[in-house]
Amino acid sequence: MTRPVPRLAPLLALILLVAGCDDPMVDQAKYEAYEKAELFPDGKTNQPPVPGTIARGQLDYFATLRQRPPLTRALVERGRERFDIFCVPCHGRTGDGDGMIVRRGFPSPPSYHTERLRNAPTEHFVQVVTNGYGVMYSYADRVPPADRWAIAAYIRALQLSQDFPVARLSDEARSRLEEAR
Amino acid sequence: MAQIFPPVADTCVKLAGIAVAVLVVGGLMVAGGAVRSDWLTRVGVAPDQPVPFSHKHHAGELGIDCRYCHDDVERSASAGFPPTKTCMTCHSQLWTNAEALAPVRSSFTTGEPLAWNRVHDLPDYVYFNHSIHVAHGVGCVECHGRIDRMNRVAKVHALYMSWCLDCHRDPAPHLRPPERVFDLDWQPPADARALGSELVARFGIEPANLDSCYVCHR
Ligand code: HEC
Ligand code: HEC
Ligand code: HEC
Ligand code: HEC
Ligand code: HEC
Ligand code: HEC
Repeated sequence: MTRPVPRLAPLLALILLVAGCDDPMVDQAKYEAYEKAELFPDGKTNQPPVPGTIARGQLDYFATLRQRPPLTRALVERGRERFDIFCVPCHGRTGDGDGMIVRRGFPSPPSYHTERLRNAPTEHFVQVVTNGYGVMYSYADRVPPADRWAIAAYIRALQLSQDFPVARLSDEARSRLEEAR
Repeated sequence: MAQIFPPVADTCVKLAGIAVAVLVVGGLMVAGGAVRSDWLTRVGVAPDQPVPFSHKHHAGELGIDCRYCHDDVERSASAGFPPTKTCMTCHSQLWTNAEALAPVRSSFTTGEPLAWNRVHDLPDYVYFNHSIHVAHGVGCVECHGRIDRMNRVAKVHALYMSWCLDCHRDPAPHLRPPERVFDLDWQPPADARALGSELVARFGIEPANLDSCYVCHR
């Protein structure tokens, strides 16, 4: 009566083994982004490039940063989207400097609708995003050069929206304004 | 020869047989259920994190866009975890003495990244890519649920292959205009399928090819 048990034992062991062990297909011998990497001394999968490396496309990066793109509707719309993501938390939707994070205690940024910032060259806004300004950190790691120009173009549009001479309004817009008054 | 077993033994053997059958079938059912249970798939179970970071607070109440922190999600396979510097754009000035944020500050000074515990992690033999879903109108909320209401992130779907396939075979009712992908409040119009079919056509999505094995196992 003891015979069937030993015969089943290896099978049972195999089933338990398959069910219990880590599947080598699930965790393969490769590193995925953000996985801990035992191979490298600092344990990170994402290794920084060797100091002095010139990345492919880096010349384009600086060329785009230096060269102001032509002003198009698409550029301003892209700028609005990026501004809403990265700048609105502090600068607010209209650039008054009263965003949600400021209301929670972050130091107030200046309003974009001041004489000084209206007269600042467009490059200044690109500069601030690239290098940061005072307590505001740089956004260069998250906002690529083309988007910095787009944001700058949108800030110009915001400034215009708060400072537009009535005389230059279209007839239709002016009559709507009169009605609103 | 005298009988070895009393007459009742017959019944005993039959009962034992039934008991074994019930145990085997029942055991298989329990095991099968366990494999698909929330306990094993971790649906609704939030892992511990090194910092008590809350999406409900940051993405919900403060209204910060997903892309402020997950800025890679539109252009790469991985949505990515924000580097400590991203936290510090605000926390260099805000809550600078909070005990909860001590690991963030020490990570910023030492350069040692915060070790977030993964909530979603597909097996290595599955290929997934965020950017194509995001570009073609699959909202974050379709797959991750109301992140903006979670204090700690937990999965809302078990990420079974059948779940991926259900959508890949008929994506139309799950699609939204791409500019609404990050808007977790967006509600589909009454005729979601009509809008979806229009988007399927606009993006050239071919559901007939989307369930081929090589799409996800490459
Ligand atoms: C975390 C809050 C925060 C965010 C997000 C933020 N800023 Fe600022 N910004 C500030 C503060 C605070 C100042 C004032 C800094 C100072 O004077 O020390 C400022 C100043 C500025 C100035 C004025 C510089 C001057 O000459 O006075 C510009 C322009 C500006 N930010 C643009 C941007 C743009 C563009 C973005 C989005 C890419 C952005 N900021 C995102 C907080 C922020
Ligand atoms: C202020 C920064 C920030 C914002 C804004 C943010 N997240 Fe996160 N997100 C994080 C951090 C940090 C983690 C890792 C810790 C965790 O899991 O909570 C994370 C984790 C996640 C995860 C789980 C990742 C995993 O481990 O599988 C998902 C899904 C996610 N975020 C989606 C979103 C969505 C959707 C939004 C927009 C509604 C959003 N996040 C906005 C910082 C942010
Ligand atoms: C855009 C600004 C901003 C960013 C970026 C940001 N936070 Fe916050 N965080 C806040 C504000 C504002 C508060 C406090 C709000 C209040 O006063 O109620 C806060 C509160 C917190 C708290 C306190 C506990 C709580 O949730 O109430 C923790 C912990 C925290 N943040 C962690 C993080 C981490 C980790 C990151 C980076 C992944 C991060 N934050 C990025 C603005 C930010
Ligand atoms: C089609 C379903 C789907 C959509 C849509 C989706 N995700 Fe994910 N997300 C996943 C899956 C699956 C994983 C696990 C990926 C893995 O393990 O490789 C994941 C992982 C993540 C992670 C962890 C880091 C990573 O990339 O592995 C974050 C953060 C995240 N998602 C954020 C987002 C945000 C923000 C959005 C909206 C812009 C979004 N996801 C849209 C399915 C989705
Ligand atoms: C809610 C709907 C939905 C879900 C859920 C979903 N997908 Fe997708 N997936 C799509 C759509 C729509 C596309 C875009 C197809 C196109 O544009 O051709 C896509 C495309 C893809 C692609 C790229 C195909 C290619 O041609 O390169 C991969 C890979 C993929 N999905 C993997 C997955 C995996 C893995 C899962 C499950 C973890 C998943 N998807 C879940 C809707 C979905
Ligand atoms: C849309 C993406 C997608 C497609 C298409 C797809 N798979 Fe999968 N497959 C997955 C995911 C996700 C998993 C992991 C499921 C899990 O972790 O439970 C998986 C798991 C598997 C597994 C392992 C199952 C297990 O339980 O260990 C096999 C085998 C498999 N797939 C075969 C196939 C074959 C064959 C096809 C083509 C007919 C196919 N898959 C097409 C996404 C896909």
